[in-house]
Amino acid sequence: MGRISGPLHDVAGDAGHHDHPPRMGFFTDTSVCIGCKACEVACKEWNAIPEDGLTFTGMSYDNTQGLSADTWRHVAFIEQRRPVEPPEDYAGVDVLGMAADGAAADFRWLMASDVCKHCTHAACLDVCPTGALFRTEFGTVVVQEDVCNGCGYCVPACPYGVIDQRKDDGRAWKCTMCYDRIGDGLEPACAKACPTESIQFGPLDELRERAAARVERLHADGVPEARLYGADPDDGVGGDGAFFLLLDEPEVYGLPPAPVVTTRDLPSMWRHAGAAALTLIGGVTAAYLAGRKR
Amino acid sequence: MGARDLIKLWPVYRQLTGDDRLGRGAAAESAVTRGLRPRTATADKVVKSVCPYCAVGCGQQVYVKDEKVVQIEGDPDSPISRGRLCPKGSASLQLTTGDARGHKVLYRRPHGTDWEELDLDTAMNMIADRVVATRGASFDWHDDEGTRVRRTLGVASLGGATLDNEENYLIKKLFTALGIVQVENQARVCHSSTVAGLGTSFGRGGATTFMQDLQNSDCIVIQGSNYAEAHPVGFQWVVEAKARGAKIIHVDPRFTRTSALADLYVPIRAGSDIALLGGIINHVIGTGAWFRDYVVNYTNAATIVSEDFRDTEDLDGLFSGLDAETRHYDFHSWSYEGLDVAPASGDRDSGYEARIRESGRGESHGAGGASVGEGEPRTDPTLEHPRCVFQILKRHYSRYTPEVVQEVCGITPDLFAELCESLTANSGRDRTSAFAYAVGWTQHTVGSQYIRAACILQLLLGNIGRPGGGIQALRGHASIQGSSDIPTLFDLLPGYIPMPHAHAHQDLDAFVAADAAEKGYWGNMRAYVTSLLKAWWGDAATAENDFAFDYLPKLTGSHSTYETALAQMDGVCKGYFLMGENPAVGSANAKVQRLGMANLDWLVVRDFSLIESATWWKDGPEIETGELRTEDIGTEVFFLPAAAHTEKAGSFTNTNRTLQWRHAAVEPAGEARSDLWFTYHLGRLIRERLAASGDLERDRPVLELTWDYPTEGPLDEPSAEAVLAEINGYGPDGAHLSSYEQLKDDGSTSCGCWIYCGVYADGVNQAARRKPGSEQDWIAAEWAWAWPANRRILYNRASADPDGKPWSERKALVWWDAAKGEWTGHDVPDFKADKAPDYLPPAGATGPEGISGTDPFVLQADGKGWLFAPAGLVDGPLPTHYEPQDSPFDNPLYGQSRNPVRQVFSRRENRLHPSGSEPGADVFPYVVTTYRLTEHFTAGGMTRWSPYLAELQPEFFCEISPALAAERALEHGGWATVVTARSAIECRVMVTERMTPLRVQGRTIHQIGLPYHWGPNGYTTGDAANELSAIALDPNVHIQEVKALTADIRPGRRPRGPALPELVREYQRRAGITERTGTGA
Repeated sequence: MGRISGPLHDVAGDAGHHDHPPRMGFFTDTSVCIGCKACEVACKEWNAIPEDGLTFTGMSYDNTQGLSADTWRHVAFIEQRRPVEPPEDYAGVDVLGMAADGAAADFRWLMASDVCKHCTHAACLDVCPTGALFRTEFGTVVVQEDVCNGCGYCVPACPYGVIDQRKDDGRAWKCTMCYDRIGDGLEPACAKACPTESIQFGPLDELRERAAARVERLHADGVPEARLYGADPDDGVGGDGAFFLLLDEPEVYGLPPAPVVTTRDLPSMWRHAGAAALTLIGGVTAAYLAGRKR
Repeated sequence: MGARDLIKLWPVYRQLTGDDRLGRGAAAESAVTRGLRPRTATADKVVKSVCPYCAVGCGQQVYVKDEKVVQIEGDPDSPISRGRLCPKGSASLQLTTGDARGHKVLYRRPHGTDWEELDLDTAMNMIADRVVATRGASFDWHDDEGTRVRRTLGVASLGGATLDNEENYLIKKLFTALGIVQVENQARVCHSSTVAGLGTSFGRGGATTFMQDLQNSDCIVIQGSNYAEAHPVGFQWVVEAKARGAKIIHVDPRFTRTSALADLYVPIRAGSDIALLGGIINHVIGTGAWFRDYVVNYTNAATIVSEDFRDTEDLDGLFSGLDAETRHYDFHSWSYEGLDVAPASGDRDSGYEARIRESGRGESHGAGGASVGEGEPRTDPTLEHPRCVFQILKRHYSRYTPEVVQEVCGITPDLFAELCESLTANSGRDRTSAFAYAVGWTQHTVGSQYIRAACILQLLLGNIGRPGGGIQALRGHASIQGSSDIPTLFDLLPGYIPMPHAHAHQDLDAFVAADAAEKGYWGNMRAYVTSLLKAWWGDAATAENDFAFDYLPKLTGSHSTYETALAQMDGVCKGYFLMGENPAVGSANAKVQRLGMANLDWLVVRDFSLIESATWWKDGPEIETGELRTEDIGTEVFFLPAAAHTEKAGSFTNTNRTLQWRHAAVEPAGEARSDLWFTYHLGRLIRERLAASGDLERDRPVLELTWDYPTEGPLDEPSAEAVLAEINGYGPDGAHLSSYEQLKDDGSTSCGCWIYCGVYADGVNQAARRKPGSEQDWIAAEWAWAWPANRRILYNRASADPDGKPWSERKALVWWDAAKGEWTGHDVPDFKADKAPDYLPPAGATGPEGISGTDPFVLQADGKGWLFAPAGLVDGPLPTHYEPQDSPFDNPLYGQSRNPVRQVFSRRENRLHPSGSEPGADVFPYVVTTYRLTEHFTAGGMTRWSPYLAELQPEFFCEISPALAAERALEHGGWATVVTARSAIECRVMVTERMTPLRVQGRTIHQIGLPYHWGPNGYTTGDAANELSAIALDPNVHIQEVKALTADIRPGRRPRGPALPELVREYQRRAGITERTGTGA
């Protein structure tokens, strides 16, 4: 009980929930995302999140820019020209021609809807001094707005940069995986709206199976770059409750390649601090004793 | 609660005593958290509804608490949307309950500088007075030549595609009775060419299939459509097909969110699609990839054409019959050999046919093919006869080679080959391919022919009437299909019955004889017309008075929305209703729209918010430039807040031709009212006035109109179901009809729209049926109701071979059950149920009996799919590549550059550009194309005011390639000014590799993308792309060319004030533009 890193099968049970439902999660399959942003709007409508700025960013079709206190789903757009495969031998190769030819074929536009990862080991929750952040019976991580006092400790603790404080009220806000809806047997608003089932909601175990099969299928269909992100219980956060199928490296989507729960080293830090304290006390004692001898 | 219980509530106690020792879970849960209930659970009721944005028609569930809408989300029962919603649909709670909606009537008096408040009653009475006065002053019994017209050109209306079928029905009914002919809606500017293109090819102007069936496609070609962005929830069926292994191809000038999911993206020069489709047709014929058994039996390939016919091959880009002076075709030489195409009624007055040609009749084939004359056409089933359609087709497209495709479209032969290969490999007995298009095809001076080209290709490949095949005309308004079917369109009556034209000896018989086809279901046209007249004038319509046929006002040419705007500028049209349409930014040449409105006596705007069409008199672009002064504008403006889709009951007809009923969730707040309420009560007030002091002979059509709908609720809302029942029709015994086959021409039946007959069968609102999709097969026949007769795939007789057996098991849909002696299968057969495959019409048979058991196109005069259109279109029997009105290129295929009979209006405010090799063309060297984004809707009236949508696409921008950015020193994220001979606008710059420069005719051509959603009002504002476009129209249906223009682009913001028109004049001078520019070949 009370683990803060490493694989953990029963997250809700570990947080003291008895007879709890299966751990629920999001599987976001970016290979079928059409970048419509229905998830962003459905989330805002359900959770009554304020509009947060009319800024033309020029970052492709992404004018949302990232997850924040006022954006709990964010669709990233990546316009990408894949490098031309270098030939073995450049003799007689019209390199400029190759570059010009590949224009349409090698261009792709990646879209991905990002969200709070609902980590198995959630540093935001570990550092929350008020108990505002808590682990639900579904294994998700939720901020209780009636408890949060706006201290902001959770903000730097998140390895993904998800949780954020709202400017006007100071409290921390992020995706709740629609805790109120799922408690009533409904899907979260984003997953329900998603036109192409890019966002899928369900028991995490099932989603992981489905995702593995999808990757296999894509590999068979000639998409070798398909890979899962956040699905591995052995990763630095013990696996994510919201994981993704990506078509490129995570960094391309603005995701950290190897996130680690920022509290992972707390026990050893405490041990080290303790050792240091003991050493210090020992040293002082020794010095004192040595002084007395003189 | 005792102290012990209180202590137990204390988290620290729970942390210390429970299993959550670190206090990160159960122990930390607060009382508020424990008490959370979703507002969907606490709602008082859930009301079934339909999304009001595009024409996918997603099901919605509206949650109501304390008579307020608290949540709107997708309806999982809908087999169309499966519970999903796009960002716009997801924002419909904000649309309907947000503070951007007006709930007060506003009034601007003539020359006034600001709004005043007015109560609704007073406003309604004032509007009724205006209509009566303007109509009275402008009523014409006869036209200039003395022909009876019984109408007024003094009043016009625009809007209907965002309204309900019942609302459109009342608008058309009341206004027609008043003699108002200039009744138009968005269908004109969006998909009128679809009706002409599909209608003349197949007999009906609606999509041949339904979106869900795309899951059965083996290949889907999306061209002229940005499917994923404009119809996101409908796109799930493309994704579904892809998951099942279908090949998805996107052909578009821009790499869009649709291209991102396609297997193959083919960039194309805007305005060149017929050259590409012609190239594929040539490939299909040349390689023998066409489906011979299908083509020989189900198309007019074997029919022999008149020896007088001359093709574009013979006449350098023209067909026989062109009168170069009047710019009209006489199309008699295009007819089938041996058929007498002279009008059956004989004694036409001179000028009648010319007027009909000017008006274009393409849309009247929305539910009935064109007449081909009397007799049996000659055929050659070997397809060898040099004058048979197949040989003409082959010759016509023989010059559309891969090299020509490259030369015209900028598509490399490799890409072209892959496209052809994908399509032909996935078409045939065992495989089917579908086409999906939208306004990228329709909005051209040859728009109808774009659609025709796809029809020809799909017929050759045998893809019509079969699962996974067809042509999906993606509609973009909630009921734009409905506003064509029950048309708020000048040239149509409900059910695609043409509006009558003025004619010296016009009566019902002559009218029917002139238009009804000899054979097929259109042969029963008299029954449809008589039943409509009975629905409108009830007991006053008798056999003795020709069923009140004379009450219908008559046309004398084209009265489309564009001609109406010009008539407003000319002072002919003085009163104008705008109902859910925003022409001040949404129609081509927005300035002409505003100048027209500035010359009106009165204007009524019914909308949610103060759109640009309501406020141009105080803050429009012409006020800024000084071209107009508010104090000088005499137009009286009424703003009436409209009810939202959640606040009224009614039906929308979606892009699948499916009517879906919405139940009202709440009453509209304040002075907001439905358009049904507005039209009904306006009609009531007008009738009171005319009854008191009218001219009985003139006003008879209004006074005798059946206008006694029951009203309900605190607002006296007319019953939409009563209107739907009237549309459906009644039999002699007063019972609800169940099929148009029951309609009679003797006045014993009434029916407000014959193609909708059956929607209220058995007195049950069939459009309100909602058996969950999960409990049905993919056809979902018990979800709502589709016209005609609940058939979901049209012409599905063609899914079986001539003997009535499916072409293949994999593609079985409908087949002949010999034992039972009837057609059966998954879908409702689009064929007379007991007509055997071997049925041959007896000599002289007419109407449906004249069609054989192997003719799937039952509304066509010959029962065939038309590869060659011997009648019905005014600009040619075969699609031919012509350059757009404004183009950087000459036509490399023919001496004739542009559509020779296109409609152009060269006025000071609508100057055209030099094209191709004409001097000055290089002043506007770039191609502009306009389009939608997922996050916004049409001219923005339903999205720019929504903060949740505005923040997603907060500014008007242009999309350009890095090469163009370099060429014109445009900076990503900076500003650009785009200039045409009409105006100049500014936008932010998006430099993107999604825009591909193309090589066309040996030079690089750059294209500029402009989303057309913006305008000066709302939460997100910007210039309107339609300031740049010109009024240049397809002659069949008067649709504007806004998908391919030319323009210049320069860095920086546009000038302000008088400097703006001066910049435009400077460009006109540099390009040497005169009133003659762009009007030639």
